[in-house]
Amino acid sequence: MNLPKELRYTEEHEWVKTESDNKVRVGITDFAQSELGDIVFVELPEVGDKIEAGQPFGSVESVKTVSELYAPVNGTIVEVNGSLEESPENVNDDSYGDGWMIVVELDDAAQLSELLSDEQYKQSIQ
Amino acid sequence: MEQLKRTALFDAYKDQAKLVPFGGWEMPVQFSSIKEEHEAVRTRAGLFDVSHMGEVEVSGPDALALVQKLTTNDASKIAIGQAQYTLMCYPDGGTVDDLLVYRTGEQKYLLVINAGNIDKDVDWIQQHTTGDVTVTHISDQVAQIAIQGPLAETILQRLTEEDLSSLRPFTFLNDVMIGGVPILISRSGYTGEDGFELYFESKQAPAIWNLLLETGKEDGLLPCGLGARDTLRFEAKLPLYGQELSATISPIEAGMGFAVKVDKGDYIGRDALALQKEQGAPRKLVGLEMIDRGIPRTHYPVYQGGELIGEVTTGTQSPTLKLNIGLALIKSEFAVLGEEVEVEIRGKRVRAKIVKAPFYKRAK
Repeated sequence: MNLPKELRYTEEHEWVKTESDNKVRVGITDFAQSELGDIVFVELPEVGDKIEAGQPFGSVESVKTVSELYAPVNGTIVEVNGSLEESPENVNDDSYGDGWMIVVELDDAAQLSELLSDEQYKQSIQ
Repeated sequence: MEQLKRTALFDAYKDQAKLVPFGGWEMPVQFSSIKEEHEAVRTRAGLFDVSHMGEVEVSGPDALALVQKLTTNDASKIAIGQAQYTLMCYPDGGTVDDLLVYRTGEQKYLLVINAGNIDKDVDWIQQHTTGDVTVTHISDQVAQIAIQGPLAETILQRLTEEDLSSLRPFTFLNDVMIGGVPILISRSGYTGEDGFELYFESKQAPAIWNLLLETGKEDGLLPCGLGARDTLRFEAKLPLYGQELSATISPIEAGMGFAVKVDKGDYIGRDALALQKEQGAPRKLVGLEMIDRGIPRTHYPVYQGGELIGEVTTGTQSPTLKLNIGLALIKSEFAVLGEEVEVEIRGKRVRAKIVKAPFYKRAK
Protein backbone atom coordinates (compact mmCIF):
# COMPACT_ATOMS: atom_id res chain seq x y z
CA MET A 1 0.00 0.00 0.00
CA ASN A 2 1.31 3.40 -0.98
CA LEU A 3 1.40 5.61 2.17
CA PRO A 4 4.16 8.24 2.00
CA LYS A 5 5.87 8.65 5.40
CA GLU A 6 6.05 12.44 5.21
CA LEU A 7 2.25 12.85 5.00
CA ARG A 8 -0.34 12.90 7.77
CA TYR A 9 -3.69 11.13 7.49
CA THR A 10 -7.26 11.03 8.78
CA GLU A 11 -9.53 8.06 9.46
CA GLU A 12 -11.76 9.45 6.73
CA HIS A 13 -8.98 8.69 4.20
CA GLU A 14 -7.62 12.18 3.54
CA TRP A 15 -3.91 12.90 3.39
CA VAL A 16 -2.41 16.19 4.58
CA LYS A 17 0.91 17.61 3.42
CA THR A 18 2.56 20.58 5.09
CA GLU A 19 3.38 23.22 2.45
CA SER A 20 4.59 26.02 4.73
CA ASP A 21 4.16 27.07 8.35
CA ASN A 22 0.44 27.59 8.07
CA LYS A 23 -0.62 25.94 4.82
CA VAL A 24 -1.43 22.32 4.01
CA ARG A 25 -2.37 20.48 0.84
CA VAL A 26 -5.15 17.87 1.09
CA GLY A 27 -6.25 14.91 -1.01
CA ILE A 28 -7.54 11.35 -0.60
CA THR A 29 -5.35 8.32 -0.03
CA ASP A 30 -4.33 5.69 -2.51
CA PHE A 31 -6.38 3.22 -0.48
CA ALA A 32 -9.48 5.44 -0.79
CA GLN A 33 -9.18 5.91 -4.56
CA SER A 34 -8.71 2.18 -5.01
CA GLU A 35 -11.79 1.40 -2.92
CA LEU A 36 -13.88 3.94 -4.85
CA GLY A 37 -12.92 2.68 -8.30
CA ASP A 38 -13.14 4.86 -11.41
CA ILE A 39 -13.63 8.43 -10.20
CA VAL A 40 -15.79 10.47 -12.56
CA PHE A 41 -16.69 13.60 -10.59
CA VAL A 42 -15.14 15.73 -7.87
CA GLU A 43 -16.98 18.58 -6.17
CA LEU A 44 -14.79 21.03 -4.26
CA PRO A 45 -15.36 24.25 -2.28
CA GLU A 46 -14.30 27.68 -3.52
CA VAL A 47 -11.29 29.76 -2.58
CA GLY A 48 -12.20 31.76 0.50
CA ASP A 49 -14.58 29.13 1.93
CA LYS A 50 -14.05 28.11 5.55
CA ILE A 51 -13.80 24.44 6.44
CA GLU A 52 -14.09 22.73 9.80
CA ALA A 53 -12.34 19.53 10.88
CA GLY A 54 -14.63 16.51 10.62
CA GLN A 55 -17.20 18.33 8.46
CA PRO A 56 -17.77 17.58 4.74
CA PHE A 57 -16.06 20.02 2.36
CA GLY A 58 -16.90 18.33 -0.93
CA SER A 59 -17.60 15.01 -2.54
CA VAL A 60 -16.07 12.51 -4.87
CA GLU A 61 -18.11 10.25 -7.12
CA SER A 62 -17.11 7.03 -8.78
CA VAL A 63 -19.19 5.33 -11.46
CA LYS A 64 -21.14 3.60 -8.74
CA THR A 65 -21.01 5.67 -5.54
CA VAL A 66 -20.93 9.12 -3.98
CA SER A 67 -18.59 9.74 -1.03
CA GLU A 68 -18.18 12.85 1.08
CA LEU A 69 -14.80 14.45 1.65
CA TYR A 70 -14.14 15.38 5.28
CA ALA A 71 -11.99 18.30 6.31
CA PRO A 72 -8.90 17.22 8.25
CA VAL A 73 -8.39 20.67 9.86
CA ASN A 74 -10.04 24.04 10.50
CA GLY A 75 -9.09 26.73 8.07
CA THR A 76 -9.69 28.74 4.91
CA ILE A 77 -9.41 27.44 1.35
CA VAL A 78 -6.65 29.26 -0.50
CA GLU A 79 -6.31 27.02 -3.56
CA VAL A 80 -8.52 24.47 -5.33
CA ASN A 81 -7.40 21.90 -7.90
CA GLY A 82 -9.55 23.08 -10.80
CA SER A 83 -8.06 20.51 -13.17
CA LEU A 84 -10.11 17.79 -11.45
CA GLU A 85 -13.22 19.27 -13.05
CA GLU A 86 -11.93 18.13 -16.44
CA SER A 87 -9.77 15.22 -15.26
CA PRO A 88 -11.22 13.58 -12.14
CA GLU A 89 -9.30 10.41 -13.09
CA ASN A 90 -6.15 12.15 -11.80
CA VAL A 91 -7.35 11.12 -8.33
CA ASN A 92 -7.08 7.47 -9.41
CA ASP A 93 -3.87 7.87 -11.35
CA ASP A 94 -1.90 10.06 -8.93
CA SER A 95 -3.74 10.48 -5.63
CA TYR A 96 -0.77 12.12 -3.83
CA GLY A 97 0.25 14.29 -6.82
CA ASP A 98 -1.99 15.62 -9.59
CA GLY A 99 -4.99 14.28 -7.68
CA TRP A 100 -4.62 16.80 -4.83
CA MET A 101 -7.83 18.64 -3.96
CA ILE A 102 -7.37 21.77 -1.84
CA VAL A 103 -4.78 23.94 -0.08
CA VAL A 104 -5.92 25.20 3.32
CA GLU A 105 -4.62 28.04 5.46
CA LEU A 106 -4.73 26.71 8.98
CA ASP A 107 -6.56 28.43 11.81
CA ASP A 108 -4.26 26.70 14.26
CA ALA A 109 -1.13 24.85 13.16
CA ALA A 110 -1.19 22.87 16.40
CA GLN A 111 -4.12 20.91 14.97
CA LEU A 112 -1.70 18.99 12.74
CA SER A 113 -0.44 17.02 15.71
CA GLU A 114 -3.88 15.42 16.05
CA LEU A 115 -3.61 13.76 12.61
CA LEU A 116 -2.52 10.16 12.06
CA SER A 117 0.93 8.99 11.04
CA ASP A 118 1.24 6.57 8.10
CA GLU A 119 1.48 3.68 10.57
CA GLN A 120 -1.59 4.78 12.52
CA TYR A 121 -3.60 5.23 9.33
CA LYS A 122 -2.50 1.82 8.10
CA GLN A 123 -3.81 0.28 11.32
CA SER A 124 -7.11 2.13 11.01
CA ILE A 125 -7.86 0.52 7.65
CA GLN A 126 -6.84 -3.01 8.58
CA MET B 1 -26.99 -9.95 10.00
CA GLU B 2 -28.05 -12.72 7.72
CA GLN B 3 -25.20 -14.68 6.17
CA LEU B 4 -24.60 -13.64 2.56
CA LYS B 5 -25.08 -16.38 0.00
CA ARG B 6 -22.39 -17.23 -2.52
CA THR B 7 -22.71 -18.68 -6.00
CA ALA B 8 -20.93 -21.84 -7.14
CA LEU B 9 -18.39 -19.55 -8.82
CA PHE B 10 -17.39 -17.64 -5.71
CA ASP B 11 -14.13 -19.49 -5.14
CA ALA B 12 -13.18 -19.18 -8.80
CA TYR B 13 -12.94 -15.37 -8.64
CA LYS B 14 -12.95 -14.32 -4.98
CA ASP B 15 -9.27 -13.31 -5.06
CA GLN B 16 -9.56 -11.39 -8.35
CA ALA B 17 -12.64 -9.27 -7.70
CA LYS B 18 -13.92 -6.59 -5.38
CA LEU B 19 -16.88 -8.17 -3.58
CA VAL B 20 -20.05 -6.47 -2.36
CA PRO B 21 -23.40 -7.57 -0.91
CA PHE B 22 -26.18 -7.55 -3.50
CA GLY B 23 -29.72 -8.81 -2.88
CA GLY B 24 -28.51 -11.11 -0.10
CA TRP B 25 -25.53 -12.37 -2.12
CA GLU B 26 -21.83 -11.70 -1.93
CA MET B 27 -21.07 -10.79 -5.54
CA PRO B 28 -18.22 -9.27 -7.56
CA VAL B 29 -18.87 -5.58 -8.26
CA GLN B 30 -15.74 -5.26 -10.39
CA PHE B 31 -12.67 -7.21 -11.46
CA SER B 32 -10.40 -4.59 -13.08
CA SER B 33 -12.45 -1.41 -13.36
CA ILE B 34 -16.11 -0.74 -14.14
CA LYS B 35 -15.11 1.51 -17.04
CA GLU B 36 -12.77 -1.08 -18.58
CA GLU B 37 -15.28 -3.89 -18.16
CA HIS B 38 -18.06 -1.74 -19.60
CA GLU B 39 -15.93 -0.90 -22.61
CA ALA B 40 -14.96 -4.54 -23.10
CA VAL B 41 -18.64 -5.49 -23.41
CA ARG B 42 -19.42 -2.62 -25.82
CA THR B 43 -16.44 -3.31 -28.07
CA ARG B 44 -15.37 -6.95 -27.49
CA ALA B 45 -16.92 -9.23 -24.88
CA GLY B 46 -17.44 -9.67 -21.15
CA LEU B 47 -18.21 -12.62 -18.90
CA PHE B 48 -20.61 -12.31 -15.96
CA ASP B 49 -21.51 -14.64 -13.11
CA VAL B 50 -25.26 -14.25 -12.77
CA SER B 51 -25.86 -17.47 -10.87
CA HIS B 52 -27.55 -15.48 -8.11
CA MET B 53 -30.59 -15.21 -10.39
CA GLY B 54 -33.43 -17.56 -9.46
CA GLU B 55 -34.94 -20.37 -11.53
CA VAL B 56 -38.37 -21.93 -11.14
CA GLU B 57 -39.66 -24.79 -13.27
CA VAL B 58 -43.38 -24.97 -14.00
CA SER B 59 -44.65 -28.16 -15.63
CA GLY B 60 -47.81 -30.17 -16.23
CA PRO B 61 -51.04 -29.91 -18.22
CA ASP B 62 -51.97 -26.61 -16.53
CA ALA B 63 -48.48 -25.05 -16.74
CA LEU B 64 -49.42 -22.58 -19.48
CA ALA B 65 -52.58 -21.56 -17.60
CA LEU B 66 -50.52 -20.79 -14.49
CA VAL B 67 -47.92 -18.78 -16.40
CA GLN B 68 -50.72 -16.86 -18.14
CA LYS B 69 -52.41 -16.08 -14.84
CA LEU B 70 -49.17 -14.83 -13.27
CA THR B 71 -47.61 -12.83 -16.10
CA THR B 72 -48.48 -9.79 -18.21
CA ASN B 73 -47.14 -10.89 -21.60
CA ASP B 74 -48.92 -13.51 -23.72
CA ALA B 75 -47.26 -16.82 -22.84
CA SER B 76 -49.43 -18.68 -25.39
CA LYS B 77 -47.21 -17.13 -28.09
CA ILE B 78 -44.05 -18.82 -26.79
CA ALA B 79 -43.03 -21.79 -28.94
CA ILE B 80 -40.72 -24.51 -27.63
CA GLY B 81 -37.19 -23.08 -27.91
CA GLN B 82 -38.31 -19.51 -27.39
CA ALA B 83 -37.98 -17.11 -24.47
CA GLN B 84 -40.15 -14.15 -23.56
CA TYR B 85 -39.59 -11.05 -21.41
CA THR B 86 -42.54 -10.60 -19.10
CA LEU B 87 -43.59 -9.33 -15.66
CA MET B 88 -45.61 -10.47 -12.69
CA CYS B 89 -47.88 -7.83 -11.19
CA TYR B 90 -50.05 -7.25 -8.14
CA PRO B 91 -53.79 -6.65 -8.64
CA ASP B 92 -53.14 -2.86 -8.50
CA GLY B 93 -50.61 -3.04 -11.36
CA GLY B 94 -47.50 -2.68 -9.16
CA THR B 95 -44.70 -5.04 -10.12
CA VAL B 96 -43.83 -8.27 -8.27
CA ASP B 97 -40.85 -8.91 -10.55
CA ASP B 98 -39.72 -8.92 -14.15
CA LEU B 99 -38.55 -12.20 -15.60
CA LEU B 100 -37.75 -14.34 -18.61
CA VAL B 101 -39.97 -17.30 -19.40
CA TYR B 102 -38.37 -20.09 -21.43
CA ARG B 103 -40.57 -22.77 -22.95
CA THR B 104 -38.47 -25.91 -22.57
CA GLY B 105 -41.15 -28.48 -23.43
CA GLU B 106 -44.73 -29.02 -24.56
CA GLN B 107 -45.95 -28.48 -20.99
CA LYS B 108 -42.80 -27.13 -19.39
CA TYR B 109 -41.56 -23.61 -18.64
CA LEU B 110 -38.47 -22.21 -16.94
CA LEU B 111 -38.95 -18.89 -15.13
CA VAL B 112 -35.82 -16.84 -14.47
CA ILE B 113 -36.35 -14.31 -11.67
CA ASN B 114 -34.32 -11.63 -9.88
CA ALA B 115 -31.97 -12.68 -7.06
CA GLY B 116 -33.37 -10.26 -4.50
CA ASN B 117 -36.93 -11.42 -5.19
CA ILE B 118 -36.50 -15.20 -5.12
CA ASP B 119 -38.33 -15.93 -1.82
CA LYS B 120 -41.09 -13.44 -2.54
CA ASP B 121 -41.62 -14.72 -6.10
CA VAL B 122 -41.63 -18.40 -5.15
CA ASP B 123 -44.24 -17.66 -2.45
CA TRP B 124 -46.29 -15.65 -4.93
CA ILE B 125 -46.17 -18.38 -7.57
CA GLN B 126 -47.04 -21.13 -5.10
CA GLN B 127 -49.83 -19.06 -3.60
CA HIS B 128 -51.52 -18.85 -7.02
CA THR B 129 -50.86 -22.40 -8.16
CA THR B 130 -54.00 -24.32 -9.05
CA GLY B 131 -54.78 -27.30 -11.27
CA ASP B 132 -52.52 -30.04 -12.56
CA VAL B 133 -49.16 -28.29 -12.39
CA THR B 134 -45.86 -28.80 -10.57
CA VAL B 135 -43.79 -25.83 -9.41
CA THR B 136 -40.16 -26.64 -8.59
CA HIS B 137 -37.70 -24.14 -7.21
CA ILE B 138 -34.31 -25.10 -8.69
CA SER B 139 -32.18 -21.96 -8.11
CA ASP B 140 -29.59 -23.80 -6.02
CA GLN B 141 -28.95 -26.42 -8.71
CA VAL B 142 -28.59 -23.97 -11.60
CA ALA B 143 -25.62 -21.77 -12.48
CA GLN B 144 -25.97 -18.92 -14.95
CA ILE B 145 -23.13 -17.28 -16.84
CA ALA B 146 -23.66 -14.47 -19.35
CA ILE B 147 -21.25 -13.80 -22.19
CA GLN B 148 -22.05 -10.43 -23.75
CA GLY B 149 -20.64 -8.23 -26.48
CA PRO B 150 -20.02 -8.14 -30.23
CA LEU B 151 -17.48 -10.99 -30.02
CA ALA B 152 -19.62 -13.23 -27.78
CA GLU B 153 -20.77 -15.39 -30.68
CA THR B 154 -17.26 -15.81 -32.10
CA ILE B 155 -15.93 -16.95 -28.73
CA LEU B 156 -18.77 -19.29 -27.84
CA GLN B 157 -18.81 -20.77 -31.35
CA ARG B 158 -15.30 -22.15 -30.83
CA LEU B 159 -16.70 -24.45 -28.17
CA THR B 160 -19.61 -26.03 -30.06
CA GLU B 161 -20.58 -27.53 -33.41
CA GLU B 162 -24.07 -26.05 -33.15
CA ASP B 163 -24.52 -23.09 -35.50
CA LEU B 164 -24.94 -20.13 -33.15
CA SER B 165 -25.30 -17.60 -35.98
CA SER B 166 -28.74 -19.03 -36.71
CA LEU B 167 -29.88 -18.63 -33.10
CA ARG B 168 -32.21 -15.61 -33.08
CA PRO B 169 -32.58 -13.21 -30.11
CA PHE B 170 -34.88 -14.67 -27.45
CA THR B 171 -34.47 -18.22 -28.68
CA PHE B 172 -32.38 -20.98 -27.13
CA LEU B 173 -30.82 -24.37 -27.66
CA ASN B 174 -31.08 -26.97 -24.94
CA ASP B 175 -28.44 -29.52 -23.93
CA VAL B 176 -25.62 -28.10 -26.03
CA MET B 177 -22.47 -29.92 -24.90
CA ILE B 178 -19.67 -27.55 -23.91
CA GLY B 179 -16.69 -28.87 -21.98
CA GLY B 180 -18.66 -32.08 -21.50
CA VAL B 181 -21.52 -30.25 -19.77
CA PRO B 182 -25.08 -30.00 -21.16
CA ILE B 183 -25.95 -26.30 -21.35
CA LEU B 184 -29.04 -24.29 -22.21
CA ILE B 185 -27.75 -21.50 -24.46
CA SER B 186 -30.08 -18.53 -24.79
CA ARG B 187 -29.46 -15.56 -27.08
CA SER B 188 -30.34 -12.86 -24.59
CA GLY B 189 -28.82 -10.58 -22.00
CA TYR B 190 -28.96 -7.46 -19.89
CA THR B 191 -26.36 -5.19 -21.46
CA GLY B 192 -27.83 -3.83 -24.70
CA GLU B 193 -25.32 -5.91 -26.67
CA ASP B 194 -25.60 -9.16 -28.54
CA GLY B 195 -24.81 -12.10 -26.31
CA PHE B 196 -25.78 -15.32 -24.63
CA GLU B 197 -26.94 -16.55 -21.26
CA LEU B 198 -25.86 -20.05 -20.31
CA TYR B 199 -27.75 -22.21 -17.80
CA PHE B 200 -26.37 -25.48 -16.47
CA GLU B 201 -25.75 -27.57 -13.38
CA SER B 202 -24.07 -25.40 -10.75
CA LYS B 203 -21.43 -28.03 -9.82
CA GLN B 204 -19.84 -27.46 -13.23
CA ALA B 205 -19.71 -23.68 -12.92
CA PRO B 206 -15.97 -23.14 -12.18
CA ALA B 207 -14.90 -25.38 -15.07
CA ILE B 208 -17.18 -23.61 -17.57
CA TRP B 209 -16.20 -20.16 -16.27
CA ASN B 210 -12.50 -20.90 -16.71
CA LEU B 211 -13.02 -22.55 -20.09
CA LEU B 212 -14.87 -19.48 -21.41
CA LEU B 213 -12.27 -17.04 -20.05
CA GLU B 214 -9.47 -19.07 -21.61
CA THR B 215 -11.28 -19.37 -24.96
CA GLY B 216 -11.97 -15.64 -25.15
CA LYS B 217 -8.62 -14.43 -23.90
CA GLU B 218 -7.20 -13.68 -27.36
CA ASP B 219 -10.33 -11.64 -28.19
CA GLY B 220 -10.05 -9.46 -25.10
CA LEU B 221 -12.86 -11.13 -23.16
CA LEU B 222 -12.86 -9.76 -19.59
CA PRO B 223 -14.54 -11.07 -16.44
CA CYS B 224 -17.07 -8.40 -15.44
CA GLY B 225 -18.82 -7.51 -12.21
CA LEU B 226 -22.25 -6.21 -11.31
CA GLY B 227 -20.99 -2.62 -11.56
CA ALA B 228 -20.51 -2.84 -15.32
CA ARG B 229 -23.68 -4.90 -15.64
CA ASP B 230 -25.54 -1.99 -14.05
CA THR B 231 -24.02 0.77 -16.22
CA LEU B 232 -24.55 -1.36 -19.36
CA ARG B 233 -28.20 -2.12 -18.66
CA PHE B 234 -28.78 1.49 -17.62
CA GLU B 235 -27.49 2.92 -20.92
CA ALA B 236 -29.79 0.50 -22.75
CA LYS B 237 -32.74 1.54 -20.49
CA LEU B 238 -33.27 -2.00 -19.25
CA PRO B 239 -35.11 -1.75 -15.92
CA LEU B 240 -33.64 -2.91 -12.61
CA TYR B 241 -36.14 -4.18 -10.06
CA GLY B 242 -36.01 -1.95 -6.98
CA GLN B 243 -35.19 1.12 -9.09
CA GLU B 244 -37.19 1.34 -12.34
CA LEU B 245 -39.69 -1.31 -11.20
CA SER B 246 -41.16 -2.01 -7.77
CA ALA B 247 -44.38 -2.89 -5.95
CA THR B 248 -45.38 0.75 -6.44
CA ILE B 249 -44.22 1.13 -10.06
CA SER B 250 -46.17 -0.50 -12.87
CA PRO B 251 -44.60 -1.89 -16.05
CA ILE B 252 -46.48 0.75 -18.05
CA GLU B 253 -44.89 3.53 -16.02
CA ALA B 254 -41.46 1.95 -16.51
CA GLY B 255 -41.95 1.90 -20.30
CA MET B 256 -42.38 -1.87 -20.48
CA GLY B 257 -45.87 -1.64 -21.96
CA PHE B 258 -44.78 -3.81 -24.90
CA ALA B 259 -44.71 -6.76 -22.46
CA VAL B 260 -48.20 -6.05 -21.13
CA LYS B 261 -50.98 -7.63 -23.20
CA VAL B 262 -54.47 -6.65 -22.12
CA ASP B 263 -56.36 -8.85 -24.62
CA LYS B 264 -54.93 -12.24 -23.69
CA GLY B 265 -57.62 -13.05 -21.10
CA ASP B 266 -57.69 -12.43 -17.38
CA TYR B 267 -54.55 -12.37 -15.24
CA ILE B 268 -53.39 -10.79 -12.00
CA GLY B 269 -53.19 -7.01 -12.47
CA ARG B 270 -54.92 -6.97 -15.86
CA ASP B 271 -57.69 -4.49 -15.01
CA ALA B 272 -55.35 -1.94 -13.45
CA LEU B 273 -52.87 -2.24 -16.32
CA ALA B 274 -55.60 -2.02 -18.99
CA LEU B 275 -56.82 1.21 -17.40
CA GLN B 276 -53.27 2.65 -17.43
CA LYS B 277 -52.87 1.67 -21.09
CA GLU B 278 -56.17 3.31 -21.97
CA GLN B 279 -55.95 6.48 -19.88
CA GLY B 280 -52.18 6.81 -19.63
CA ALA B 281 -50.13 5.98 -16.56
CA PRO B 282 -49.75 8.62 -13.84
CA ARG B 283 -45.95 8.62 -14.16
CA LYS B 284 -43.46 8.04 -16.92
CA LEU B 285 -39.81 7.00 -17.05
CA VAL B 286 -37.73 9.58 -18.92
CA GLY B 287 -34.09 10.17 -19.71
CA LEU B 288 -32.27 13.12 -18.10
CA GLU B 289 -29.06 14.78 -19.18
CA MET B 290 -27.43 17.23 -16.80
CA ILE B 291 -26.97 20.81 -18.02
CA ASP B 292 -25.15 21.97 -14.86
CA ARG B 293 -22.34 20.06 -13.18
CA GLY B 294 -23.43 17.02 -11.16
CA ILE B 295 -24.42 13.40 -11.45
CA PRO B 296 -28.03 12.35 -10.88
CA ARG B 297 -28.35 9.38 -8.49
CA THR B 298 -31.10 7.04 -7.32
CA HIS B 299 -33.86 8.81 -5.30
CA TYR B 300 -32.63 12.36 -5.99
CA PRO B 301 -35.80 14.53 -6.24
CA VAL B 302 -36.74 16.11 -9.59
CA TYR B 303 -38.48 19.50 -9.79
CA GLN B 304 -39.97 21.75 -12.42
CA GLY B 305 -40.97 25.34 -11.66
CA GLY B 306 -40.65 24.67 -7.94
CA GLU B 307 -42.98 21.66 -8.06
CA LEU B 308 -41.74 18.20 -7.05
CA ILE B 309 -42.50 16.05 -10.12
CA GLY B 310 -40.68 12.80 -9.36
CA GLU B 311 -37.31 11.24 -8.66
CA VAL B 312 -34.25 9.77 -10.29
CA THR B 313 -34.32 5.94 -10.48
CA THR B 314 -30.76 5.38 -11.78
CA GLY B 315 -27.99 7.75 -12.77
CA THR B 316 -24.27 7.81 -13.37
CA GLN B 317 -21.67 9.14 -15.72
CA SER B 318 -22.27 7.05 -18.84
CA PRO B 319 -19.02 5.22 -19.63
CA THR B 320 -19.97 5.04 -23.33
CA LEU B 321 -21.16 8.64 -23.78
CA LYS B 322 -19.13 10.34 -21.00
CA LEU B 323 -22.25 12.31 -20.09
CA ASN B 324 -23.90 12.70 -16.69
CA ILE B 325 -27.27 11.11 -17.34
CA GLY B 326 -30.11 9.45 -15.48
CA LEU B 327 -33.49 7.81 -15.70
CA ALA B 328 -36.25 9.49 -13.72
CA LEU B 329 -39.82 8.55 -12.96
CA ILE B 330 -41.85 11.76 -13.21
CA LYS B 331 -45.49 12.82 -13.43
CA SER B 332 -46.57 12.10 -17.01
CA GLU B 333 -47.72 15.65 -17.79
CA PHE B 334 -44.13 16.86 -17.32
CA ALA B 335 -42.59 14.19 -19.56
CA VAL B 336 -41.85 16.42 -22.54
CA LEU B 337 -38.63 15.93 -24.55
CA GLY B 338 -36.29 18.91 -24.38
CA GLU B 339 -37.94 20.44 -21.31
CA GLU B 340 -35.71 21.72 -18.53
CA VAL B 341 -36.07 20.29 -15.03
CA GLU B 342 -34.07 20.53 -11.81
CA VAL B 343 -32.41 17.69 -9.94
CA GLU B 344 -31.70 18.22 -6.26
CA ILE B 345 -28.14 17.10 -5.57
CA ARG B 346 -27.09 17.26 -1.91
CA GLY B 347 -29.50 20.08 -1.18
CA LYS B 348 -28.77 22.10 -4.31
CA ARG B 349 -31.07 22.21 -7.35
CA VAL B 350 -29.20 21.99 -10.62
CA ARG B 351 -30.47 22.03 -14.19
CA ALA B 352 -31.05 19.00 -16.42
CA LYS B 353 -33.07 18.42 -19.56
CA ILE B 354 -35.39 15.62 -20.58
CA VAL B 355 -33.80 13.58 -23.34
CA LYS B 356 -34.50 10.43 -25.34
CA ALA B 357 -33.73 7.08 -23.74
CA PRO B 358 -32.32 4.46 -24.31
CA PHE B 359 -29.07 6.38 -24.27
CA TYR B 360 -27.37 3.59 -26.17
CA LYS B 361 -28.54 1.34 -28.99
CA ARG B 362 -26.18 -1.04 -30.68
CA ALA B 363 -25.81 -0.85 -34.44
CA LYS B 364 -27.65 -3.82 -35.95
